Amino acid sequence: MADLLQTVDLSCERDGRLLVDTLNLRIIKGAIYQLTGPNGSGKTSLMRVLCGLSSRYSGELLWAGAPLHTNRAAYHSQLLYLGHSSGVKAALTPRENLSWHAALKGLTGMEAQQRIDQALEQVGLYGYEDAACFTLSAGQQRRVGLARLFIGDEKLWLLDEPFTAIDTAGVAQLEGWIERFVSDQGGTVILTTHHQLAVQVNVHQVQLGLS
Amino acid sequence: MSEQLPAGNKPLSVLAVFVASLRRDLLLALRRRSDFLNPLAFFLIVCSLFPLGVGPNPEQLAMLAPGILWVVALLACLLSSDTLFRTDYDDGSLELMLLSPASLYLQVLAKTLGHWLLTGFPLTLLSPLLGLLLQLPTSGMLPLMLAMAIGTAVLSFIGAIGAALTVGLRKGGLLLSLIILPLYVPVLIFGVATVTSAVAGFSYLGQLAILGALLALSVTLAPLAIAASLRISVDN
Repeated sequence: MADLLQTVDLSCERDGRLLVDTLNLRIIKGAIYQLTGPNGSGKTSLMRVLCGLSSRYSGELLWAGAPLHTNRAAYHSQLLYLGHSSGVKAALTPRENLSWHAALKGLTGMEAQQRIDQALEQVGLYGYEDAACFTLSAGQQRRVGLARLFIGDEKLWLLDEPFTAIDTAGVAQLEGWIERFVSDQGGTVILTTHHQLAVQVNVHQVQLGLS
Repeated sequence: MSEQLPAGNKPLSVLAVFVASLRRDLLLALRRRSDFLNPLAFFLIVCSLFPLGVGPNPEQLAMLAPGILWVVALLACLLSSDTLFRTDYDDGSLELMLLSPASLYLQVLAKTLGHWLLTGFPLTLLSPLLGLLLQLPTSGMLPLMLAMAIGTAVLSFIGAIGAALTVGLRKGGLLLSLIILPLYVPVLIFGVATVTSAVAGFSYLGQLAILGALLALSVTLAPLAIAASLRISVDN
């Protein structure tokens, strides 16, 4: 099977510390990759390199066999990145927040509205669509960010600590979404988290911070 | 690479991204009115303090009026440009903008237009009122408004470059002023020249045309600089 994303001799360094040393990783379709490692071992730095936000690396990143910097737009149309901060504006309602996200992914009009409604129902925010986000709890705001998972048709999810501030039921739900995305839709997930994923799909562990 | 796109994926609508970004910024400003009313209040207060400071002599005020109005408008724009990308940087929206397949050029253009609609445009509407307060002759009113409308748009673009460069710094306030104030100077010179030559009874179209040229240059080139600066600021 063709590689989705491939790193060739990827190294990255931060403030004089070598975080990732000649990493050769082949991300294939339909698999889960879990980055683990102690705090400060470079999980987030690696995620930012993988999604194309950070250029502080040496080596090469290939998307579908071609260097990533030559086909950024194609890569980014297939990529969903969920970072530590979810890009949710507290002053806007979940619907307003998500319609901007949908427009960034090229969805507008009725189709976008339908997907937003479905996504909000999916993450359990049905009935909160038009309440300003600052009136929602931290976990609910986090769920507004998670609703982005259901708006586009991305093939690759990059989730940086997606379980933060989510309740136990939510954790199980999110694990279910990840599992379904991988097994039913043939998606690929790269995520960082400290807890053991309870999913039926094989999880590839990528351990950082081993010296 | 087109065969890798899923069947339902339509080409990105250029206008849709632009409208969505603009709409979001205007909505945000509407929800937090104090943020964008601040520079306007500053403009109003400083201009109304001048007659008290330099004395109510109409001839003297009329002579100073174009300069006062432009300097204060410039400072009001400077004051507001720091916030342009600040909240987006803090809440992660900026990362999403960079990771969107949509053109960053357009998103940045929309944000800058939004900034102008919230600062430069209200300043333009307020300027004849303050011109009246500063005894500016009526022959200078229309040129003042035209020059303000065009000039503040240029100021928004220049300010956005500075804001994009300094958004990653925790304390970029002073640096921002140092970067963009020198670039503001041509706008100040030709903005004031437009009004003074109109008041003196000469044609002001030449000065206005130079402001227009500056605007054309800003609209086409500044978004490139802003987009590149944002990429650098987020790259850490």
